[in-house]
Amino acid sequence: MARLIRMDQTGHTTLAEWSTEHPEAVEAAVEAFRQELDRGYYGVVTTGPGQAEMVRELPVDADLVIMRAPIAGG
Amino acid sequence: MADALPELAAVHWRRRVDADKLAHDARLWTGITTAHVVPFIAVAGGMVALNPLAAPVSAIALAHAWIIPELYAKRGANVVRPRGRRDADAEHRSVGLLGDLVDHRARELRARTGLVLEEGTLGTWLVGEAGALLVRPGGRRVYCYCVRAADPDLPSGDRIAHLLLALRADEQGFATVANLAFSGARWRLRRRLEPQLRPALDAAVKAARERARV
Repeated sequence: MARLIRMDQTGHTTLAEWSTEHPEAVEAAVEAFRQELDRGYYGVVTTGPGQAEMVRELPVDADLVIMRAPIAGG
Repeated sequence: MADALPELAAVHWRRRVDADKLAHDARLWTGITTAHVVPFIAVAGGMVALNPLAAPVSAIALAHAWIIPELYAKRGANVVRPRGRRDADAEHRSVGLLGDLVDHRARELRARTGLVLEEGTLGTWLVGEAGALLVRPGGRRVYCYCVRAADPDLPSGDRIAHLLLALRADEQGFATVANLAFSGARWRLRRRLEPQLRPALDAAVKAARERARV
């Protein structure tokens, strides 16, 4: 089961879970992903040890998609 | 090139950080430090040469020559100073997620020091809650970057995970978005780090030295 999570004040919140065999769950995850983008979050997937990639669309074949807040110089 | 960090739009005037930019920054920092220190040393020497009774004034000038680089190093060390802890459950969950993102060695080092070691193309990084240290290959020079997630209420693991994921997605962009707080000798920074953080710097320097030998 793939997961879409958002890092937040609670540690993290699971926004959606899906498997590719269930189109309704995928659709709900895509919608949740878009809502997070609209809120200003960015989507990231880990692509290997020490590697990550920003995503603008939900990669439905990923195991874990993480939404992160923007960063800025302090 | 992989997708650049969207946050770069907020600092579009900055030159993207690469090896040349790091070398430029290193020269700049060395120049600034020299420009601060040399006049005080010259004043100290000149005062004593003119009148030995001015030795106390010379001592004050020498103290200034010593303290200014130390203050810069302290500013650099502060970028990885641990921040306050919040809700215990949130801390636990965030540290669990962070643990899933890193290997055993980095997990163990974070548990001991609060910093995550991450190898990059520019060098070896130590990522903290509100900043990161970059140890260049060879381990002699360290760059201290002040950078944080926009949400100030995140638990510690999530603060680090935000920076780690951004670093992994676009290392040069990450260094460009961050503010350079200090660049200088490893030994100078190490003295100003909180004692529990020093093993992390030692591990990063070791990794940077091994990398330079390869």
